[in-house]
Amino acid sequence: MLSARSALARSAVSAAGRIHGARVVPATSFLQQRKQAQQQQQRGLHLARPAGSGIAHAMLPKVRGIAPAVSARGVGRRNFSGAQVHGSTGAEATRLARTGPKVDVKKVLVVGSGGLSIGQAGEFDYSGSQAIKALKESQIETVLVNPNIATVQTSHELADHVYFAPVTPQYLAQIIEKERPDGIMLAFGGQTALNCGVQLNKMGVLDKFNVRVLGTPVRTLELSEDRDLFACALKDINIPVAHSTAVNSVADALKAAAEIKYPVIVRSAYALGGLGSGFAANEAELQVLASQSLSLCSQILVERSMRGWKEVEYEVVRDAHDNCNFDPLGIHTGDSIVIAPSQTLTDEEYHMLRTAAIKIVRHMGVVGECNVQYALNPDSPEYCVIEMNARLSRSSALASKATGYPLAFVAAKIGLGWTLPELQNAVTTTTTACFEPSLDYDVTKIPRWDLSKFNHVSRVIG
Amino acid sequence: MVSPMALLARTLASAADTPLSARPLHAHYPVVPGSLTAHLQLRTGEVFTGGSFGASTATIGETVFTTSLVGYPESMTDPSYRGQLLVFTQPLIGNHGVPRRTRDQYGILKHFESEKIQCSGIVVGDYATKYSHWNAVESLSEWCEREGIPAITGVDTRALVHILRGQGSTLGSLSVGAQPIDSAKIAWSDPNVENLVAQASTTEVRVFNPDGDVHIALVDCGAKNNIVRSLCDQGARVSLVPWNYNLSASLDSFDGIFISNGPGSPSHCTEAIAQLRHAFEVYQRPIFGICMGNQLMGLAAGIDVYKLRFGNRGHNQPAIDLTTGRCVITSQNHGYALDDSKMPAGWDRLYVNANDGSNEGIRHIEKPFRSVQFHPEARGGPLDTAFVFADFVNDVRAAKLAGVAATAHAELAAEPAQAAAAAA
Repeated sequence: MLSARSALARSAVSAAGRIHGARVVPATSFLQQRKQAQQQQQRGLHLARPAGSGIAHAMLPKVRGIAPAVSARGVGRRNFSGAQVHGSTGAEATRLARTGPKVDVKKVLVVGSGGLSIGQAGEFDYSGSQAIKALKESQIETVLVNPNIATVQTSHELADHVYFAPVTPQYLAQIIEKERPDGIMLAFGGQTALNCGVQLNKMGVLDKFNVRVLGTPVRTLELSEDRDLFACALKDINIPVAHSTAVNSVADALKAAAEIKYPVIVRSAYALGGLGSGFAANEAELQVLASQSLSLCSQILVERSMRGWKEVEYEVVRDAHDNCNFDPLGIHTGDSIVIAPSQTLTDEEYHMLRTAAIKIVRHMGVVGECNVQYALNPDSPEYCVIEMNARLSRSSALASKATGYPLAFVAAKIGLGWTLPELQNAVTTTTTACFEPSLDYDVTKIPRWDLSKFNHVSRVIG
Repeated sequence: MVSPMALLARTLASAADTPLSARPLHAHYPVVPGSLTAHLQLRTGEVFTGGSFGASTATIGETVFTTSLVGYPESMTDPSYRGQLLVFTQPLIGNHGVPRRTRDQYGILKHFESEKIQCSGIVVGDYATKYSHWNAVESLSEWCEREGIPAITGVDTRALVHILRGQGSTLGSLSVGAQPIDSAKIAWSDPNVENLVAQASTTEVRVFNPDGDVHIALVDCGAKNNIVRSLCDQGARVSLVPWNYNLSASLDSFDGIFISNGPGSPSHCTEAIAQLRHAFEVYQRPIFGICMGNQLMGLAAGIDVYKLRFGNRGHNQPAIDLTTGRCVITSQNHGYALDDSKMPAGWDRLYVNANDGSNEGIRHIEKPFRSVQFHPEARGGPLDTAFVFADFVNDVRAAKLAGVAATAHAELAAEPAQAAAAAA
């Protein structure tokens, strides 16, 4: 059964490659031809799906031949008049044709993951690679900036142009000036990339070279990252946030903590890997912690401590047309044990948080992937939002792996203007991406603390 | 010498070649310590052995599966699951115990969808013997035992669902004992040949939120509590009436009609269908149906109904609103569907399932009659479509106001005629 299916898929791929090759490849150099053929095969591999009937497969090369992906705008749209949705070959054909971009971009700069250290985001290699694959499937020229050569995304068969340059606004500005991309994707390189995007926008680089931000707009990024602005935005839609005060000095921090009452948690705005955040049970502890944090960034937040509360995290994907969906996750911070799906939430709690997450991403105007973190009181239905990341996060990679839902890939496609119902569900390959994974297994991530690497370090956890 | 890879390939090949039913389907997971042995036997011959964690009784039901991740108390008390053996694809069930029986301001149970467990039995992969939740008062096991519902754990639910997806929902027998019952001795009886709606429905009219400004007849085919609550929350006075209530006699006293969800096959509800057919002709105010209500309205409009192979049960079904193109994530639980390939005159499709293209709702083109196949009341499931209750009650309110004006107009129109008659 399985082997028959893959054989079918293979034959479809070769057919697609041949016909397309004959159509688009003029008499260029042999190497170029081979490279194009390889790209074609990758695209073809993604297109070829086990379909219900042989007719769909036979139609594959034809559809690709008559509908160049860029003009697929009209062809690709499902208009849901009935017959198409009824699993007919017509629906198959439209699905195959809908790979092109829907916004008018030809060259896109992807801000990559960076190095493997706190403050950079080496572990975002996966999301960046997925984004590049999604762009290439849509026949868009990709430019990648990533100083880390030990990543998959920098391998030569992925991006068209790779710059091994630091992910900083200055370098990015230079590259934009040289490459002149039409679009830029910020959500796939962790916090560093987002911050760069915000900076580039402030510097006026994006406007100057007419670069469109694909996916979540910069204004939303600013809103979600400035904790004070974020809290205000959530108050507008009656979503509770952890009571917090933004302060710029140690004295203010102590004053705020006296109001909120100890223990408190200190968080730094624009935090990278939780750098400069921590708990303080009393004034002395806060003094130390606040001065440390303020040396790293100009603004810190003093919040009510919710130690012992359940931490619940949702991965939300929203397209520009307001369709949303989710991956449920369990408890999380960088070093915690994560369980997916959530285990001790009742239906009421689960959907209360789910509905709140949808409200938040809609209100904030996220387009693409976003992650919302909550604290849920274990003794009542009380909850509050801890934070929101308008980008692919560490947990997104885990959620992708756990559920098989390619969050980064889908987010990149959404950046290109596709809507969720138009995209395909990568798990079933026959249904739409507008769904929520329902697992028949449980996933647990248990961190491994390699303490033997550090000499003279306390091995007590907690 | 055979290479290890070749050996592995051969092992995998043999595993894939053997039909599922021929492989032993023994318990792969640890069962509850000290529990009795239980067996789930399908009518097609497959036997699953596990541990019992519910009542020590034997039962027969249609084996169906739900893919929902949360909400087992809600699902088990959902009257639409009546007569069914419910299989959870989520392996760990029982983690948050069973909530206390608190009631809301309308006197409806807050955390359950009806007064008792409605499904015939439950089948889980791995029962969580310890529960943790602030609102829990007993374990799932204690609840099942108290309500006399058999439950089995340690079943390879993935293999079971494979079978059910392949051959469709199948009759199953759940029994407790060291040995499975001889299949020839099981008195197989299909619950779908009975009128399950009549069993689930109320027998007398019950009124909720009597101070509501509009009066809605909720036809109870096995209504979930949250349907009643959602209508009350919108400010409506709700009369819960039996499934075969004579609506024709009192149509004028209701500002709107709502047909609930319900279990089993819609073809048994001939009386309700006849009532609706009459209402479609004479009634001008809003009518709305959910799940079974969608099927009954479809049948009354002249649309055929068919049985789905394994049904759509879960909390992640995408439905596309054909009027706007938007996709909503819905909660679903149905084994039958409307065949909307041919729509009768005056009717159109409203929603369609984005996965399998099955019907998710219909609407009348001119009159305010519409219905959905999914469950906008959720419990459990996503609350994305809760707006339909607000929309419906607002429509009812608007129709009532317009209706009052129309009656006044009719009186005015009648007056000169009377005057003329008097003068003559």
